[in-house]
Amino acid sequence: MDYLDELESQSIYIFREAYRSFKDLVMLWSIGKDSTVLLWLARKAFFGHVPFPLMHIDTSFKIPEMIEYRDRFARQWKLKLIVGMNREAIDSRQTFPDGAVSRLQCCAALKTEALRHTLSGRWPRRILDPDSGEFYTVENGPPFTGVIVGARADEEGSRSKERYFSPRGQESDWEVSDQPPELWNQFKTDFAPGTHVRIHPLLDWTELNIWEYIQRENIPVVSLYFDQGYGRRYRSLGCWPCTAPVESTAKTVAEIIEELRSGKFAHIAERSGRQQDKEDGSGLETLRRSGYM
Amino acid sequence: MTASSTAGLLSGRNRQQMNIVVIGHVDHGKSTLIGRLLADTGSLPKGKLESVQAYCARNAKPFEYAFLLDALKEEQAQGITIDTARCFFKSSRREYIILDAPGHVEFLKNMISGAARAEAALLLIDAKEGIRENSRRHGYLLSLLGIRQIAVAVNKMDLADYRRDVFETIQKDYTAFLQQVKLQPRFFIPVSARFGDNLCTRSARMSWYDGPTVLEAMDRFEKEPAGREKPFRFPVQDVYKFTEEGDDRRIAAGRVETGTVRVGDEVVFLPSGKRSRIASIEGFNKPPQTEACAGQSTGFTLTEQVYIPPNQILCRADQPPARTGTCLKVNLFWMGRQPMVKGKRYKLKLAAARESVWLREIYTVLDATDLSTDSRSCQIERHDVAECLLETLRPVAFDRVSEIAQTGRFVIIDNYEIAGGGIILDAIAPEKDWLSEHVQRRQMYWQRSRIRPQNRSERYKQNAALVLLCGPNGVGKSEIAKTLEEQLFSAGRMVYYLGLDNSLLGVDSDLQTADERDEYIRRLGEIAHLFADAGLILITAISHLDDYELQAIRTLNQPYPCLVVAIGPHRLVHSRPDLHLDNPADVPEVIEKIKCLLAREHYLLEYHL
Repeated sequence: MDYLDELESQSIYIFREAYRSFKDLVMLWSIGKDSTVLLWLARKAFFGHVPFPLMHIDTSFKIPEMIEYRDRFARQWKLKLIVGMNREAIDSRQTFPDGAVSRLQCCAALKTEALRHTLSGRWPRRILDPDSGEFYTVENGPPFTGVIVGARADEEGSRSKERYFSPRGQESDWEVSDQPPELWNQFKTDFAPGTHVRIHPLLDWTELNIWEYIQRENIPVVSLYFDQGYGRRYRSLGCWPCTAPVESTAKTVAEIIEELRSGKFAHIAERSGRQQDKEDGSGLETLRRSGYM
Repeated sequence: MTASSTAGLLSGRNRQQMNIVVIGHVDHGKSTLIGRLLADTGSLPKGKLESVQAYCARNAKPFEYAFLLDALKEEQAQGITIDTARCFFKSSRREYIILDAPGHVEFLKNMISGAARAEAALLLIDAKEGIRENSRRHGYLLSLLGIRQIAVAVNKMDLADYRRDVFETIQKDYTAFLQQVKLQPRFFIPVSARFGDNLCTRSARMSWYDGPTVLEAMDRFEKEPAGREKPFRFPVQDVYKFTEEGDDRRIAAGRVETGTVRVGDEVVFLPSGKRSRIASIEGFNKPPQTEACAGQSTGFTLTEQVYIPPNQILCRADQPPARTGTCLKVNLFWMGRQPMVKGKRYKLKLAAARESVWLREIYTVLDATDLSTDSRSCQIERHDVAECLLETLRPVAFDRVSEIAQTGRFVIIDNYEIAGGGIILDAIAPEKDWLSEHVQRRQMYWQRSRIRPQNRSERYKQNAALVLLCGPNGVGKSEIAKTLEEQLFSAGRMVYYLGLDNSLLGVDSDLQTADERDEYIRRLGEIAHLFADAGLILITAISHLDDYELQAIRTLNQPYPCLVVAIGPHRLVHSRPDLHLDNPADVPEVIEKIKCLLAREHYLLEYHL
């Protein structure tokens, strides 16, 4: 077994522990490369099936190609897709691009709040009917208690502190200084009523590992990651007002791997194009404690 | 990618990854060492060093390498590592994941979490402070966690004027300590993390030292062998059948912990003892396999469709099997807020098994900071290490840790939390199991009324008993039980039907998951005993009853009898049901047979004057 086999095997193991332990399981799909690898690993773990729904939090500021890609593969792979949104903040234009709030406040409202309330079922969920390919809305859905997330420890400081199974309080809050121990391959899978857990199968993967795996498995990813001839591409995907493309002429997965291994991005952090990380010395930590992914 | 673009060893699929944990007493300089290692090997993202330096300047703090890791506000505020931060770095030999484990005793469970997933450890000792409480405790825990590759860095040599005698005294004392726990560090390295001495480059200030630098020592560690040559062990995590998605495969899923298995091999599920053969090795988006080996998460279909109970370990029939038993002699480390006590029910997680477990006996409690032992303790306090005897209600499959580590380790759950972890030293054949001992004690202290069982028998014209209906779901067991109750009641008998749901809603409302079935069984046994003591015939139905569960119920119901009526196919192998009915559809006939059995066995008394 090589290192990619080892990473894959551990992720699959975590998926199966999660599926065994939690009845109300959901997986977050941001459409980016990490959560798409996560989705692929779920299909590996369950022999081609994805036996739980996927949830996408749509901020309405996602780049259109992302939504098109999401709906195409949700239909092709027969995924149970749930879409959540902070309709009120978007409709009343309480967002950063409209100039009403800061970047971090916008993230808190459109992502953290929307996620929290869609997970709990308090806000309506739009659900894709895999047969007709159309969306329908469900109010007062059941809460999810296990949430599978594609966070990687190498992304930024606060994520390096996560467990494979990280408990969250009722309001999605994160008690960083009092996390459960994880011994060998035994994780915290017992939870008091009212708490829920974030599960991180990709915690040990690096950005380079992700691309190497995409190459090996031939996983389709959004075209935005590749240079379309303008000398620019996205290295990390988010909302268009806060995510800048990087200067790069990488047109293939192999060229991206080369850039990361020894080329121009070997020593530049992946999220350097994300503006919200820079607002405050520890912006992401503040967001994560209140439930941000 | 061009061949010359990366160093040969790092390119392509031959690359290696290794987890290394950095541990030591609080303030002995772990974060500084890691921060400096990242900076000196050029592993930091561009701008990271500058931004942390700027942050320090802004807050009027002197820059320290440790701040590179302290990405969280809370950490910076307290100046100590709270959790295991992971950082990634590369040498010319391989990639490393460095786990920075906290040295403060309050965060010991975090240190354990970091160390438990490491393949090697770098242990720091402050040259000026010397060996401290956690230097010893961490050393001991490494041995418990099974980490054998250790380098000891004697840090802050700058504060000891780079003196050779200071280094050698610590080396001598600490080697002697580790010997007691059968650990032998491969390297002792004098270091000043702050100034970079002997970290990535050899120090001119300690020319008396001719061993490797920290970086060289790390590169000299070897990857643990995957365990292919050991007997095959496959804890079954789950059995999948995605029929609703048009997939009829029934797949036993899990990870091969050790050994190999091929299509066609005969296999045994333990502890159940069921046998079958591997029909296929399943996977998604990969070429068909005929062999699965250690480390792979995979799945098997079997030639015979045997029922696979949960919690099993799959072994090969031609190899030494895993052990099975209910009594385990273990070395256990306790992290719970509440001490571990005898008589309390905990949950054991061992390989894929989850079982109720009790602390039966404490042999010794060890103070890991000085290895002194206490054999009189009656409980295991937080941060104690104890050699003790655990007992499960049902048999579990396992190995001795000295033979197969992966199936010789476990954790203990107390009130939803992982409160303990340990290794299995041996299996014990106890003179008496925990439940029998409990029943003996219960009978001794039971407060008896003045009415004796014979008085009740005479009054009620019956002998008290538990009538247990078993068989698969959906054969109408509860309907039969209710009808039986009704008819016996009409005939003047003292009888009560206990529905499974009623018990779950009442005394068992604190039980949440299917994992806790054995606790439900235990409580059913105690409830049955109460009803029998009151002179009643209690009727209840339970699906998929197995030998161990029946044995537990029988034991707890003592001295009263238990009549087992199997309706349809059942799972009892060692014990025979008192009555086995293949055709449950004919309810009147079933009832008649049960009533005949009760009369024949003198539970229903008739008086002929």
